[in-house]
Amino acid sequence: MSDILPQLLQQLFNGLSLGAIYALIAIGYTMVYGIIGMINFAHGEIYMIGAYVGLVTLTAIGTQSGLPLPLVVAAMLVVAVAVTGVYGYTVERVAYRPVRGSPRLVALISAIGMSIFLQNWVALGQGARDMAVPNLISGAVQLHLGTDFDVTVPYSRLMIILVTVALMVALTFYIRYSRLGRASRACSQDMQMAGLLGIDTNKVVSFTFVLGAMLAAVGGVLIAITIGKLNPFIGFIAGIKAFTAAVLGGIGSIPGAMLGGVLLGLAETFAAAYLSSQYKDIVAFLLLVLILLFRPTGLLGKPEVEKV
Amino acid sequence: MANSLRNALMAAVLTAVIVTPVFGLQLVRQGARTLMEPRWDLVALACAAVFAFQLLRPWLARPFAGLKLPTLPAAPTGGRRWVPALLIAAAVVWPFFGGRSEVDIATLVLIYVMLGLGLNIVVGFAGLLDLGFVGFYAVGAYTYALLYHWAGWGFWEALPLSGAMAALFGFVLGFPVLRLRGDYLAIVTLGFGEIIRLLLINLNWATGGPDGISGIPKPSVFGFEMARRASTEGGTTFHDLMGWTFNTQHMVVYLYLMALALALVTLFVSNRLIRMPVGRAWEALREDEIACRSLGLNPTRIKLSAFTLGAMFAGFGGAFFAARQGLVNPESFTFIESALILAIVVLGGMGSQMGVILAAILLTVLPEVAREFAEYRMLLFGLVMVLMMMWRPQGLLPMKRPHVELGPGGQAREGESAPAGAVP
Repeated sequence: MSDILPQLLQQLFNGLSLGAIYALIAIGYTMVYGIIGMINFAHGEIYMIGAYVGLVTLTAIGTQSGLPLPLVVAAMLVVAVAVTGVYGYTVERVAYRPVRGSPRLVALISAIGMSIFLQNWVALGQGARDMAVPNLISGAVQLHLGTDFDVTVPYSRLMIILVTVALMVALTFYIRYSRLGRASRACSQDMQMAGLLGIDTNKVVSFTFVLGAMLAAVGGVLIAITIGKLNPFIGFIAGIKAFTAAVLGGIGSIPGAMLGGVLLGLAETFAAAYLSSQYKDIVAFLLLVLILLFRPTGLLGKPEVEKV
Repeated sequence: MANSLRNALMAAVLTAVIVTPVFGLQLVRQGARTLMEPRWDLVALACAAVFAFQLLRPWLARPFAGLKLPTLPAAPTGGRRWVPALLIAAAVVWPFFGGRSEVDIATLVLIYVMLGLGLNIVVGFAGLLDLGFVGFYAVGAYTYALLYHWAGWGFWEALPLSGAMAALFGFVLGFPVLRLRGDYLAIVTLGFGEIIRLLLINLNWATGGPDGISGIPKPSVFGFEMARRASTEGGTTFHDLMGWTFNTQHMVVYLYLMALALALVTLFVSNRLIRMPVGRAWEALREDEIACRSLGLNPTRIKLSAFTLGAMFAGFGGAFFAARQGLVNPESFTFIESALILAIVVLGGMGSQMGVILAAILLTVLPEVAREFAEYRMLLFGLVMVLMMMWRPQGLLPMKRPHVELGPGGQAREGESAPAGAVP
């Protein structure tokens, strides 16, 4: 019997876990874009900082602490989420709020500056070289499908998918039913009108940045555990790819970001497996260019009407 | 007061959260183990600084409120034609008396002046944010490197082709993407820049992969090599021709003069372009695309001309860079390089050529002078970009445009001022 099917299954699984990370980061881009119409170029750096905070927490606890593993991972996630939430809030207050209302490019250049700043901020504090993350969750499920090729499902990647799905469901409910979620949807439709109706728009913008940063941090911690190493420059390429995912799904749309992330993860994994692993980054960038050319509104996005 | 105290306290707490995981608990690798080194002194210092700053901000703001940042003195007109001529003469003469390393740094400055002026056409004049400018620089550098490597071409034969190749890339890549809105365009150009770099790394058979191409010859002087010995049998070297003893300083000065010539050509051409109809159209398009379209201008064609011309200058710069370094590899063409060139344009003042030159000098010379702060260079660089956008988005020396304004008595008065929308 041929190995094609199990291999396909394996790639599908790898792509899903990668896509889940992209989706987590992409939500931050898409929410910020939906509300204030700017590309938060420094978002990838927040993801990187999340990964670092997770590693710092883990080192503080120690790998031989005797605490149950889920508790350790949960502590890493909670601390990373809390700290990056503060980062998200501060970055918005310091670098973006003063330039809000300026032309788009001013805000974008400010964001690029922030991105360079944060990269070097971490490089200065924690060193620019690769850091090893202890292998917390080893082991994998082997799926025997009656062929020579067994599908390997590592627990760490399984965890990525499960945590991401749980967060997506929670986020969807939160945006739909909570007070702040409703306020943020109102702001993304019409910020000025929402302000007139008594919504504290500044608070909503801050909330958006904090929430986006928190989700990115979860992605950062999970990927650090899975990959086992990190450096201060991982945020740049991950950020660009997550942005691609957000554009693919339709920037401004939260379900779009989830869908785009998964699709990009799959596209990249399949390109690496069946074309050449060297070209997987090129595939992602090419995808970005092609979507923007042929369908700038993305899969689930709404067209933007240009007003004079 | 209580309010201000509470804000300051809040800011100090946030600072503690931000600084602790990055500087407060520093990770140290020891063999396979990762240890942690607490530095609470740094955290306390940062908190105290932020607390004091926030508390004193209302008082600090007062004396600075009336302070006006300096502006460019009125552009030299008519009677002061000799000023630029004098400056150019000084720039030509000084390397003959300057030290070797100073002349070398000045050459680097001139490369960035050239690149900055090229990007200024795209970002400053036409208002298209191009984050992949370094891609065209790479195309220019690799065009010369590959032509030398595979066909043995010299610098002067390859130079026009490098510019043409980069322009062609600009044209082909620009054609489909220039319909996109500003910030999307920025990201797509960033993607292009990265694709070019990744291709250079991965096309091992042609480009030498991550190692690049080395041994690229320096430019010759009217066909005479500037080396200790001629590379071909019976060839004449430049110092033989002139009857000088060989000195490596000659090459340094020669490269400097060539960079100066290229930078001046770029300055001259872009200075003329902006006064031509196409230059006017770039500026008009930057200010209001919808109005331009309704007046019958073709935005895609106009943008494409800016994009292509900018890429061409990057190509010239790249070929010169390859000749100066003697080797090219993909490492030299990362996004940070694009960001640096963009920072030169933004810092100088988008559209302002004098500003771009000033910023290129500042951003190249300062890191060389402050070598002991090399680690902080990029950190400060990012910070300066953010602060500039907050306080002075129009740049150090904003572009001035001749205009007429009504004086207090109602009579027209000629003057110079920054245009309303100097920033696209």
